[in-house]
Amino acid sequence: MMTKSKPESTGRKFVKVCNILDQYGRKPSRLVPILQAVQEEYRYLPQEVLTYVATALDVSPARVYGVATFYAHFAIQPKGKHLIRLCDGTACHVKDSVPILEAIWKRLGLDAKRKTTPDMLFTVETVACLGACGLAPVVVIDDQVHGQMTPESAVTLVEAVMATEVAL
Amino acid sequence: MISELTQNTLGGAGQPAPRRVIVCAGTGCVASGANQVLKAFQHQIQAAGIPVVTEFKAEQVDLRLNQSGCQGFCQMGPLVTVLPEGLLYCKVKAEDVAEIVTQTLVAGRAVDRLLYVDPATKKRCHGVDQIPFYQRQQRFVLRNCGTIDPECVEEYLHEGGYAAARKAFLSLTPEQIVQEITKSGLRGRGGGGFPTGRKWEAARLQQNPKKYVICNADEGDPGAFMNRSVMEGNPHSVLEGLMIAARAIGADETLIYVRSEYPLAVRRMRQAVSEARRLGFLGENAFGSGQSLNCEVLEGAGAFVCGEETAMIASIEGERGMPRPKPPFPAQSGLWGKPTIINNVETLAHVVRILREGAETFRQLGTAASPGTKTFALTGHVANTGLVEVPFGATLREIVFDIGGGITNRRGKIDPEGFKAVQIGGPSGGCLTREHFDLPMDYDSLRSAGAMVGSGGLVAMNQQTCMVSIARFFMDFTQRESCGKCVLCREGTRQMLALLDDIIEGRATGETLDLLQKLAGAVQKGSLCGLGKTAPNPVLSTLRYFREEYDAHVFHKHCPTGQCKALAKPSIDPAKCKGCTACAKKCPVGAISGERKQPHVIDQEKCIKCGECADACKLDAVVGV
Repeated sequence: MMTKSKPESTGRKFVKVCNILDQYGRKPSRLVPILQAVQEEYRYLPQEVLTYVATALDVSPARVYGVATFYAHFAIQPKGKHLIRLCDGTACHVKDSVPILEAIWKRLGLDAKRKTTPDMLFTVETVACLGACGLAPVVVIDDQVHGQMTPESAVTLVEAVMATEVAL
Repeated sequence: MISELTQNTLGGAGQPAPRRVIVCAGTGCVASGANQVLKAFQHQIQAAGIPVVTEFKAEQVDLRLNQSGCQGFCQMGPLVTVLPEGLLYCKVKAEDVAEIVTQTLVAGRAVDRLLYVDPATKKRCHGVDQIPFYQRQQRFVLRNCGTIDPECVEEYLHEGGYAAARKAFLSLTPEQIVQEITKSGLRGRGGGGFPTGRKWEAARLQQNPKKYVICNADEGDPGAFMNRSVMEGNPHSVLEGLMIAARAIGADETLIYVRSEYPLAVRRMRQAVSEARRLGFLGENAFGSGQSLNCEVLEGAGAFVCGEETAMIASIEGERGMPRPKPPFPAQSGLWGKPTIINNVETLAHVVRILREGAETFRQLGTAASPGTKTFALTGHVANTGLVEVPFGATLREIVFDIGGGITNRRGKIDPEGFKAVQIGGPSGGCLTREHFDLPMDYDSLRSAGAMVGSGGLVAMNQQTCMVSIARFFMDFTQRESCGKCVLCREGTRQMLALLDDIIEGRATGETLDLLQKLAGAVQKGSLCGLGKTAPNPVLSTLRYFREEYDAHVFHKHCPTGQCKALAKPSIDPAKCKGCTACAKKCPVGAISGERKQPHVIDQEKCIKCGECADACKLDAVVGV
């Protein structure tokens, strides 16, 4: 029987995870919100954190990994500093969202397999629907929703973000 | 104009009606810059020295400025409504605000350039009552979305809010509530259309001290945003409906499972719950009835299948969101093995109005078998995209042409001959075509046409849309979202997608179509939950109504709309080509040849249809790609 208390040696390293676990009462039933909070903190779910969460909740790492890979929102790979999400819901799709995605990919040197730039600045993802169908096609850059996009205007937005990075 | 305005500004008994400025703060308008507009109003109104309040006050105030939820006409946002005139300003920018303040608020004149112009009549519309998009709608669930401040419980109370829940807790028995809902004939607005009263009765009769009610706000259909708008625009109505449901079945715990793609809806629902707790509507002694009632807002994690009842329950229990066989139905054994009912956002919002105004009033709208109204998210190639609410039985023609303003072509201009199809019900639904223009939109008529109401996403498509690639789009979606439990759903959707790829990429034969049809039947039969059972619908429906388009792809290796790249046959129009050699230089496989200043030609054998030549040509001489 594994103990539910904080393992001392790793407690310091995982202090933020511990706080999150405590916040949810260390209940396995709260696994989804726990992983959401962990991802909020780390921007993805590192493997060692998943193992730690499993131990703390007294469930198998397989179950935690199963949940982490089942839901689209959980990432087990690190994401870039800026997250570009292109909506490919039906409304955006029929209004030609794919050429926008291709234009962004081309500008950042990415494709369907490579979603994050090597410098870890940008990750490009597609999402099923953001519910802003009235403004289709929609691109979300770092939680900012941009509507009625064209390939050109989307690339301009991406370049504006790139410019801020150069300025830093 | 001025006389008209002053006439309207006088309310009953010569009292001036309250002046209000309402800035739409739904997701669409916020994306278009509504927050900056609201800030500009605060600043400009103060600068003009007009006394203004931003909170709700029951007594008369000179001017109230507030935000609202989604007003529905997202495409024209940010929207600003000025009462009492009922002026609706479209696409308002922060720079326009000073003019609205001086012209409208101070001088009482409309700012003409910000009014909506009806593209059909070219007439300027002063307010919602003159705009065809709103004129034809009957707003029942959405009535207060777009006027009240969704973050202000006092205003909801002033509009009669929580009276129905109070009545349910203090003076109605659970039987009476269920009876009233059954009498109304309300059917679940989430897709299936199951009678709500029957669902509640089954859970009410369970002898178990612990029961749950879950509000399904995991609106996963791509192209649908009705629930988002209701939660953002009138969150308390959803919560009140949830409370009534809890009272009706005897539950003391309720949950709201919201899609995490809707951060604003999550925030507003959480705020509504904490306000209701503060006012004693939730807690140990709900409405002073002595009964305990709690509510928690949970965020989904991006799995479409969690919209299915049993998968949602698994997700709430901290597991992978996989459905399980029914029976037992959740009403018998649901969350943590306890009797549970799961109702859609819109269903719960209807419940409130039914208890408030009576089942009879509710039944006055809609058809006998599908009473009431339904919200639809009208999107795609229509002139007016947005959120609409119409009674069941309204026809497709009314929605697409009278409300939607007609079909638009690729350049966004209205094309009277442009209509090809409407996709309804998302990845589980089907297509409606010209022959369905006068079909009444209700649960049963749509099912007989091979489609379904679904949650209410209506995507209009013009003649330039390839129906095979639309079917592929949905199959790609369901294939990715399949939870993997049933073999026929997991592998079958993948194989169907591969067959559709064969068709689109020119590898298909007559056998491909037979196999596709056969496999579709197998996936329907061999899947446990709604996702798998309905996954083949978009394919079957497009095969039924657009067979000739499939045949063109399969037998003639030709995509009639030119959307399928692999079937494209790029060629150079010799009349337009000036022989600049730009395309030949760009071609990565050296398929283009020709003398300088002479028309060039493309070698079809070598061509990989990448389209670089078309991008390179400044004279639009490359066609067919």
